[in-house]
Amino acid sequence: MNLDWTHFTPLTSLTGGILLGIASAIFILVNGRILGISGILGGLFPPKLGDTAWRLAFLLGLLAAPKVFHAVIPTEFITSPRIEAHDWMVVVAGLLVGIGTRYASGCTSGHGVCGLSRLSPRSLVATASFMSAGFAIVYLLRHALPA
Amino acid sequence: MTNKTLINRVVEFAVGLLFGLGLMLSGMTDPGKVIGFLDLFGSWDPSLALVMGGAILVGVFAFTVAKKRTATFLGGVLRFPTSMDIDKKLVIGSLIFGAGWGLAGFCPGPALVSMADGQPKALIFVVAMLVGMLGFELMDRFVHAPRKAKLKAA
Repeated sequence: MNLDWTHFTPLTSLTGGILLGIASAIFILVNGRILGISGILGGLFPPKLGDTAWRLAFLLGLLAAPKVFHAVIPTEFITSPRIEAHDWMVVVAGLLVGIGTRYASGCTSGHGVCGLSRLSPRSLVATASFMSAGFAIVYLLRHALPA
Repeated sequence: MTNKTLINRVVEFAVGLLFGLGLMLSGMTDPGKVIGFLDLFGSWDPSLALVMGGAILVGVFAFTVAKKRTATFLGGVLRFPTSMDIDKKLVIGSLIFGAGWGLAGFCPGPALVSMADGQPKALIFVVAMLVGMLGFELMDRFVHAPRKAKLKAA
């Protein structure tokens, strides 16, 4: 295994992670809810009476983040995203993520952050599964198939 | 709208904002970084382990406090997940999700944030993801639910 020191960002990644933890903490302690993006979004299909406003409030906040981020964070901490996938791959990926997260009732936030924080065995299995699949697909795409 | 409802809406918005800022600062909104983390056999970027580690560190503390309480700080209901099932649905769903995650480097939160940041590929991803979620909903309603009802009746 080689470490990619040029892209390694320990300080911003750890700080960002702590912010994710604080957001999840406020959400359970103040709003009484698990912060899971796929569940919050997927629960809008179809919108149910009395169960929609909180989802929209959260999502609006999430979508407002880039504007605030660019206004607040000095440019040296901002890296432009590297997106290598072709459009067709992005479409397939989106479909898989949409279907998979709903079947599993959670994604990186609900299972990966909140579930593991709650020490939920169910979320541990989910996280181990999606991580393994991620490792396998990237191995296939980067190392097995190109050769 | 009662005062308490209004406070809830404001906090939900603020939490969404904070979560989005955390995703951007951490590097989760950069698919190259996500794939760099998933690329164990190439040049490995361990940053995302620190993202998860930092989040869980705070999370463990918060959920320990939450589990001891009977209501939220605002006196509302604490909604903990009730399902304990470790079944095929959980594992296969997670494998499908992980495959999609590795394919493009986007998971749901970062994709939404990147879309709002004006990344065209994130927009394509989000549209496809919503189609996938809608597809699941339709399957659940018209295929899974009737099958389950039939099993119960039999």
